[in-house]
Amino acid sequence: MIEVRGLSKAFGEKVVLKDFNFTFEQGKSNLIIGESGTGKSVLIKCMVGLIHPEEGQVLYHGKDFLTMSYEEQKEVRQQIGMLFQGSALFDSMTVQDNVMFPLTMFTNMTKGEKEARMQFCLDRVNLPQAAKLYPAELSGGMKKRVAIARAIAVKPRYLFCDEPNSGLDPKTSILIDELIKEITLEYDMTTLVITHDMNSVLEIGDKIAFLHKGQKEWEGTRKEILYAENEILSKFVYATKFLQHFRSKLQAEKDSLTKGD
Amino acid sequence: MNPIAIIAHIGQYFLLLGRVFRKPEKSNVFWQRFFHEVNAIGIGSLGIVAIISIFMGAVITIQAAFGFESPWIPLYAVGLAARDSIILEFSPTIVSLILAGKVGSSIASELGNMRVSEQIDAIDVMGVNSASYLILPKIAASVFIFPFVVTISMFLGHIGGFVLGVAAGVVTPYEFIYGIQYEFRPYNVVYALIKTLFFGFIIPSVSAYHGYYTKGGSLEVGQSSTRAVVYSIIVLLLFNFLLTQLLLA
Repeated sequence: MIEVRGLSKAFGEKVVLKDFNFTFEQGKSNLIIGESGTGKSVLIKCMVGLIHPEEGQVLYHGKDFLTMSYEEQKEVRQQIGMLFQGSALFDSMTVQDNVMFPLTMFTNMTKGEKEARMQFCLDRVNLPQAAKLYPAELSGGMKKRVAIARAIAVKPRYLFCDEPNSGLDPKTSILIDELIKEITLEYDMTTLVITHDMNSVLEIGDKIAFLHKGQKEWEGTRKEILYAENEILSKFVYATKFLQHFRSKLQAEKDSLTKGD
Repeated sequence: MNPIAIIAHIGQYFLLLGRVFRKPEKSNVFWQRFFHEVNAIGIGSLGIVAIISIFMGAVITIQAAFGFESPWIPLYAVGLAARDSIILEFSPTIVSLILAGKVGSSIASELGNMRVSEQIDAIDVMGVNSASYLILPKIAASVFIFPFVVTISMFLGHIGGFVLGVAAGVVTPYEFIYGIQYEFRPYNVVYALIKTLFFGFIIPSVSAYHGYYTKGGSLEVGQSSTRAVVYSIIVLLLFNFLLTQLLLA
């Protein structure tokens, strides 16, 4: 479980995150949604220490990450698997070396053990034949899956995903969402997903926070989000034609029920 | 650039060095990367260093012969002048300037590209000290291999001067060999190698600094690479002056 309390971040005069509070629950996919430029990526970067916030606490199982020593932060980071927007695979390494990188750095596994774990992870993301390829030889979806394989190699307690579906076709997006959902349950991880893809929200959003202009505007579940009475959230949720159609139907049902009464 | 920005850069450079010189996560990984960098930085530069050294040695010899046309100056002075030019300045400084262009731009663009594609962030998030993991092997490899490269350059410079100088008819083999042995001071080689050690530190560290803190996209990676070469050369020339003053004056 990760608790974020009163997190604020500004770049000069521009406040990008203001008094953000949220509890990311273990074994669940916790989603942060919002339009581009609302501070979602800044939030995730503050939580892993890539950006230093002005105020607030990030509690990993009760211990504040921001006040930890460098060595303590390193220990927490070794339990984090992160999936970056652009996958962030190491160009100069093969897929095999990418997946084995955290194992090489943090375990005393033998070469055979590392290779077995690497193959297990690649099998898990349905890329059993990709070990010898370089990132440049992979498609966008394959890169994301390799990044997931690398993230789960050391069996992390926390999985952070920064827009895992960006640049992917709808079918591959669904595959990635399903994979994130499955491994969250499999490893009982605290998963945080940053997204503005409503398909992902409805597919995996166990717990959702909606960010607007750096502030948490709404909090709920995927079941609640479609019926939420928040105008700003509704504008975001029903921005797509498909969901606009759904809302019209919903409204029509509501109206007919009112008339019936 | 204003003075405050320069001071800020210097401060940030030393803060980065503070992170670079932390104990590596895994010593076997460090040595693996060290030898990889020795190969990339040192062995990979030998070709260009060899070509430049041979021809520069020849040009220095011919120019010395051209300048010593007076009958009062003995012909062996050509070898002597070529030797001192090659050992004192050409091999340690000019070769290092060439390496600043080749190695410096390569380091800055590699790290810059890793920064803008979030690969450095990925290393940090995993709990690995990215500065130490990426930069320390490069600095250690350069400090280790530069003296060898410069020594090879000195040797090839003399070979070039001898072969091409004799072939051009500006000096005889005997006079050239007598000249390069005449009043030879081993301290000159020590001075050159001390300078090289400093240059071996300056080039990768200054270049890595520019690459590591790249912001933006591919355009900025190119700009970082250019800045890395320019600043490496400026710092290198400054230290060349300071070290010459300290060691020879």
